[in-house]
Order: sequence, then structure tokens, then C-alpha cells
Amino acid sequence: MIEIKDLHKSYKMGSNSLHVLKGINFSVKEGDFVSIMGSSGSGKSTLLNILGILDEADKGEYWLDGVLIKNLNEKVAAQYRNKFLGFIFQSFNLINYKSALENVSLPLYYQGVKSKERTEKAMHYLDKVGLASWSHHTPNELSGGQKQRVAIARALASDPKVLLADEPTGALDSKTSYEVMEIIQNINDEGKTIIVVTHEHDIAQMTKRIVHLKDGLVTDDTAVNQIRASAYV
Amino acid sequence: MFSLDRWQEIFQTLSKNKLRAFLTGLSVSSGIFILVILLGVSRGMQNGIEKEFQQDAVTEVEVWTGTTTVGYKGMNPGRRVQLENEDYEYTTQKFGDQIDSKSGYFGRWGAIINYKKENGSYEFAGVHPDFQKVENATIISGRFINASDIEGNDKVAVIGNRVKLDLFKDKDPIGEYINISKVPFKVVGVYTDPGGEREETRVYLPLTTAQRVFNGKNQLRMLSFTIKPAATFDEAVQNAAFLSDGLEKSLKQRHLVSPDDTSGIRVFDTLEEAKRIYDLLSYIDLFFWIVGICTIIAGVVGVGNIMLIVVKERTKEIGIRKAIGAQPMSIIGMILQEAVFVTFVAGFFGLFAGLLLLEVVGPQIQSDFFANPEVDMNVALSTIVILIIAGALAGFFPAYRAAKIKPIIALRDE
Repeated sequence: MIEIKDLHKSYKMGSNSLHVLKGINFSVKEGDFVSIMGSSGSGKSTLLNILGILDEADKGEYWLDGVLIKNLNEKVAAQYRNKFLGFIFQSFNLINYKSALENVSLPLYYQGVKSKERTEKAMHYLDKVGLASWSHHTPNELSGGQKQRVAIARALASDPKVLLADEPTGALDSKTSYEVMEIIQNINDEGKTIIVVTHEHDIAQMTKRIVHLKDGLVTDDTAVNQIRASAYV
Repeated sequence: MFSLDRWQEIFQTLSKNKLRAFLTGLSVSSGIFILVILLGVSRGMQNGIEKEFQQDAVTEVEVWTGTTTVGYKGMNPGRRVQLENEDYEYTTQKFGDQIDSKSGYFGRWGAIINYKKENGSYEFAGVHPDFQKVENATIISGRFINASDIEGNDKVAVIGNRVKLDLFKDKDPIGEYINISKVPFKVVGVYTDPGGEREETRVYLPLTTAQRVFNGKNQLRMLSFTIKPAATFDEAVQNAAFLSDGLEKSLKQRHLVSPDDTSGIRVFDTLEEAKRIYDLLSYIDLFFWIVGICTIIAGVVGVGNIMLIVVKERTKEIGIRKAIGAQPMSIIGMILQEAVFVTFVAGFFGLFAGLLLLEVVGPQIQSDFFANPEVDMNVALSTIVILIIAGALAGFFPAYRAAKIKPIIALRDE
């Protein structure tokens, strides 16, 4: 599903440049559930941004579902993001003046889905994360966990190939973290490929594979015995 | 552009910031309001001046004489040129095909005129019957000088309404006799003139009678003509200029006045005057447009500014939208449409308020050079077109900036 070969990325900081990714190689199969771990500055967020086509690598190849992601203009990048990827952010990034339902249906709006179908689909995904009865509440009427569940529903709405989660539980207490992880695990059980960036070990243990990054290189890549989040709840 | 969802988005964001939307709109509203008022005032001035011009036939051409200032063909400067009946006959014959109405004029100012014990000092003038048309005078009662008065040297007079009020008060003057410098004349008519009181203090007599009774021989003070009606204003101006040119040339030749002399023979062309004032009016109009449009620009710059702030404020939201698949065009469309919508609605409100004010206050204003301020449909429509363009301009730069926002930067947690 994802194929990365010798990925380099550096940022210009004034006169000197900061080499963040120094030749990353890794691949993700369909249905995999990977966590990327590393201390801050290890390059894990940069990697996720590149995977999410929010940023572009300086060198190396990135294949997403058989498509080479390189030199995309804004329009095509937006199309690919919409078609291939679903994002879950640490700070939820919901649009505050829109209801949960409207937030979830937004990716569908950009896909050109008709209003009625949009609402139906969005309701379906809200139901999936257990928030059907909250559909007309705006984000500031929801708890952190609920917000993240709305964000998950939104990420799922466009039926993406890959779900990218950047510290999805970073802003949540452990109980809600596990609830959210349970939902993410369930989604993975249905066959969706998921990549999670995290620095929490217990969260990483709930995935199927942990990739360690250090100073812009992959230092460790091991399969784990997945711990079901439901065991904690 | 016309999708319902887009409109929903716009109403959602506007209702989220009601005060800001209102203030933004206010600047555009007042711009359009001022433009409409200025244009209405300009039209009011135009109407007022048109009314002023009605005092004489607008197509009038007059010939006056004076003393020469340039020597010519052995004649010394300082010679007085005198028009005579022969000049009238010569010119009416020569320019007959261009002339509509024609009249000679022999008169004196400050003649003592009395009816019984009432008396006053007025101007009397011997004229041809056509003079009524030249002066744009309207008969209130009786009749004007006619051809048989001229033919028979009849001692009849047509008096102005002011004269009638002074001498006769409420009495019907028709058939009564007035004395002009002690010579009795029978009043046959009373006229009124749109030029107002000053033009109603005159007493008209048959030209021949006046010349004979008051020792005028065959002298004329002035020749008055109106040109034949033309299809357009510009054509009329051209015809009038052509006639006055011809008159000046041929009369200067007859009286041995140098072509360079400016005071021996003078031709006064009302249309030329009118045109000058209309030109001035169109400059005033243009000036008002410029002022009005500048005000709108100020308003629109305000809208642009606010939209920039809106974009800045919504950077994160735009980043989110892009991350979940919004294309640059849809972001541009969103900002642009909001700007156009705000300017359009606000501008329409300003237009409406301006028109309403003109409609209510306009008819109350009574002044010589001002009447019926109004704005016609074309102007209203063109201001709306200006608004749409202005709104698009105001929205474009903020929208472009919004489209350039990189989601990775917008989403960075701060």
C-alpha cells in the first residue's frame, strides 16, 4: 500500500539547513496497523506529513497505492488527499462553527457528493463512532474524546485507503485514549490500513507493528502482539 | 458558484460575525449612497438649468450692433453701426430656408407709461408677430401683435403681466388705452414670460407703429431669429452656429465692418451658450462620478481589508479544509463569493436608501438652478455592475492569499 525508498528531507533554518529525514526505507501492506515512535525531533511528524501529501520529500520515492507521489500541483495533491487519505490530528482540527454532522460530511462535499447522500453517509460514520445522537452539536459542546471520534468519522467519510493519525490520543486522558484506540482498532479489523504517530508505549502496543525513528533513520521495525484496547475499558 | 451548499457556508460564516459583516457592508453602503445622491444632485442641476433656458426659445439667434473697433476699407474705428429695416429684409430673404421665426426690434428703455392715474417706467419694443415665439411668451388674454397691426401701423399694445398688475390691478385691460410717452395705445393683449418678472415689464407694439410714432425712421436695435427644429441637439447647435456665422459675415459686409471686428456686429447664439452650460454640466456629472467612485473604492478597500483579516483568522480552518481535500479553486470561490455577496447586498441597500432619499426630499427643494433630482434606471444598473466588479476585486487578493495557504503550516499546533 505504501512504499518508501531512501526518503530525505531537510528544512532551511536561516543559513544552515536541518537534515530531518536521512534516508528512510519502509513499506506498509494493506490492512497493516503501524505505529511510528520516536523522541521529539526524530522526524516522525515530518514523515507523517510527507505520507499525508502535506509536505514533499527532497529525495527518494513515495508510492501510495501504486501511484508515485512526486511534484504534484495543489489541485492534484488535494484530489489525492481526498481520495487516498484520512487524517486524525492530536488537536482534532474540527471546524468550530459547524455541527458534528457537517464536519463529517465536509470531505464528501469536496468529493462532489450530493447533499442527501452526504448526510446519509456522514450519519452512518457518526453512528459507527457512537455519536449519532450528537450529530447536531458543534465541537465546543463535545468532550475531547467525542471530538476525536467526530474527527475519526470525518477521516473515514471519504473512504480513504490509509488512515493517518498524528498523536490521536495526545490530548486525551488514558480512559478516553483507550476508547478512541478501540474504535481505531475496530476500523483496522475491517481492513483499513492505519499509521499512527505516538510516543506513548501503551498506545503503540495496541498496533500490530512498531517502527522506531531516531535522528531521521529507522532504527527498529518489529511486529508486536496487539493488545486489545477493549481489555482496558 | 450557485450551489446551495456554498451559500449555506457563506451565511454560516457571516452570521458567525454579524457585527463585522455589518460594518464592512456599511462602508460599501455609504459609498453607493453618496454616489447616488451626487448623481441625483447633478441631474437636479441639469433639470434646473434646462428650466432656466426655457425663458427664451433655446434655438434663438440675435444680432446686435455697436461701435467698430477696427478700421476697414477707409472707414475709421469708433463708427456706430446701425441696423435698418433693409437689413431685416435682406437677411430674412437670404437665410429664409434656415430661419423658423424672425423679428426686428426697435425699442426704448425707461419710457413713462400711464393708465389714468397709475404710471410707471417700462421698456417698450416694436416687434414683428414672430417675436412671441422668439421670447417664448404666452398670451394670458387677448392676442399678440399680428400682421395687420404691422400693415396698418395700428396703435395697439401687448403688455406684460407685471405692467398689467402695476397699472390695472384687477381690472381687465383689454380695450383700455394706455399712454406711452403721452401717445395713446389700445391694449389688445397680456402676456406672461417663463423668464419671470423682468421679462414681463415690457410693452410690445407693432414695429412699424413704434418706428413711426417714436421717430425711429427705419432703425432697428436688434434682429431676432429662431432656427428650424433639428432632429438632435448637436445638429441644432451646428445649424445655429452655421446661421450665426452666415449672419455675421453678410451683415459685416453690408456695413463695411472688418471681419476681425468683435463689437461692430455681434451675433448672440443661445444654443452656443446652452451647449457651453451643458458641457459644464457634463463635467460636473463626470466629477461627481469620480468622487462617488472614489468613495466606493474606499468602501471596497475596506471590504478587501476585512476579507484579508477573515482569511488570516480562518487560516487554520482553510488548512483543515485543504487537508481533507479542498482544492485551491474552491477556497478562492468561497472567499470571493463572500466578498461579492457582502458588497452586493450592502451596495444594494445603499442604492435603495439613496433613491428613497431623492424620492422623498427631492420634490421639496425649490431653487432656480435645481429641480427634480433623480437617478435613472441606467445609472442604477451601472452602479450595480460596478458593485459586482468591485466586490470581485475586493475579494480576489484575500482569496488568492487563502488559496496559497499551506495546510502543513496552517495545522501546526501553536
